Amino acid sequence: MGTQNIQPAIVQFAQLDKLLALGRANSLWPMTFGLACCAIEMMATGASRFDLARFGAEVFRPSPRQCDVMIVAGTISKKMAPAVETLYDQMPEPKWVIAMGNCAISGGPFVFEGQYGIVEGADKLFPVDVFIPGCPPRPEALIEGILELEEKVTGSRRWPRVEVG
Amino acid sequence: MTLDPEIIRLLAFLVGVIAFASFNAAYLVWLERKEAAHIQRRIGPKEVGPFGLLQPLVDGIKLMTKQLIVPAGVDPVLFKIAPILVMVPAIMSFVTIPFSETLVARNLDLGLLVISAFASVNFLGLLLGAWGSRNKYAVISAGRAFSQNVAYEIPMLVIVVTLVMVSGTMNLTEIVGLQMGGFWHWNILNLAASPLMPVAFLIFFVCMLAETNRAPFDMSEAESELVAGAFTEYSGMGFGVFFMGEYANIVIGACVATILFLGGWHSPFPDTIPFFGASSVIWFLLKMYFIIFTVIWIRWTFPRTTFYGLLNLSWKILIPISFVNLILTSAMLKVF
Repeated sequence: MGTQNIQPAIVQFAQLDKLLALGRANSLWPMTFGLACCAIEMMATGASRFDLARFGAEVFRPSPRQCDVMIVAGTISKKMAPAVETLYDQMPEPKWVIAMGNCAISGGPFVFEGQYGIVEGADKLFPVDVFIPGCPPRPEALIEGILELEEKVTGSRRWPRVEVG
Repeated sequence: MTLDPEIIRLLAFLVGVIAFASFNAAYLVWLERKEAAHIQRRIGPKEVGPFGLLQPLVDGIKLMTKQLIVPAGVDPVLFKIAPILVMVPAIMSFVTIPFSETLVARNLDLGLLVISAFASVNFLGLLLGAWGSRNKYAVISAGRAFSQNVAYEIPMLVIVVTLVMVSGTMNLTEIVGLQMGGFWHWNILNLAASPLMPVAFLIFFVCMLAETNRAPFDMSEAESELVAGAFTEYSGMGFGVFFMGEYANIVIGACVATILFLGGWHSPFPDTIPFFGASSVIWFLLKMYFIIFTVIWIRWTFPRTTFYGLLNLSWKILIPISFVNLILTSAMLKVF
């Protein structure tokens, strides 16, 4: 399926759409849901040193009905895949997916010839908006991923990108 | 043709009450997130507007434009009216609440009775929503909420009856009027009526926590056990209205505690300092928000109790003490 490609709506209200996009981007409620060790980093992101709450994204809702973004944090085993898919289907639109860590991107270290238990990447199951590399990614990387998602929703970046020299 | 000023007054109060309830519901969420953050040594929302003050607005926009899922197999009528059934009684209760001597929409003689009656409708809304959404977690949550409501309504009402006996009226304005003249006249320190009055306030406060489904008594929304309890199937603004109703009910509970025990709009030190010595709506709001602050403080400090602990606390401790208080008060009223 690859990266999600959303067609623009037929009827558009320019300013209103911008306002709605701002609203959605600044209140991304993730799902309380972790699959493997990346979830520990996700918890650290919500805790006091990194504080995801600054961006209004700390409301980890336990029910998929109230979530906006699904952070796939960890390895998706074939046994877990149907449950993860169901969770994705249960989320109301508009919804986004962040694939966090190498396992959720491509299967990570579990990809080898003859492996039988691992889904090789979350994008095999449903469209993914932001990929965060790392094994596991640091909490800063997850925050950067959420900012990236905000940029995708609103079309403008919150801060200028930091150039690595 | 002249318009009756009473009608204009009522309309103004209607708009004012709805605005006050919604404003509080929205900004108490902000207060809760900020306070939780500072208790956990975080900063909390700060990027969306100054001090994160636009966060409730942004959340509102998001919730309103979210898809409203009505899952297959739910009872469509119950599922849709349940959030309103939680919100409406809270707004209705504001009608009788006196914010100051003159600032009251309708000064009912049975104001306390009206508020007690509406306080149970709120639980009915939760129950119907959970039952209507045809979800196992929600139904378990409804069962818990119901037994919790039955257990905590009794001590709360016994305390309220005690205060009605002390005051001799159910009119909220008169109850506050009797507590005039310094904090030693407030009902919480009214030791002449019953030496157990501070304990009665404590019981009322605990029951208020339980009635409004707040931690450590949030058994019906226990995330670690029941997904999101009664709200599991609600998305978008259906969930948003439930949430606003919960906060509006906290405001009502804090208002009633202020009126019954903390002397309403009366200043604790009358006629001392020029401005703050005077009794005004400022004192009412100060006391009310202090109680709300404490409610949020407790939520982020104490872990959730077990369900049996919750029921045992009510049936074995709170109800006997509140009955002892009732008998003691009636005996002291008879003797002195």
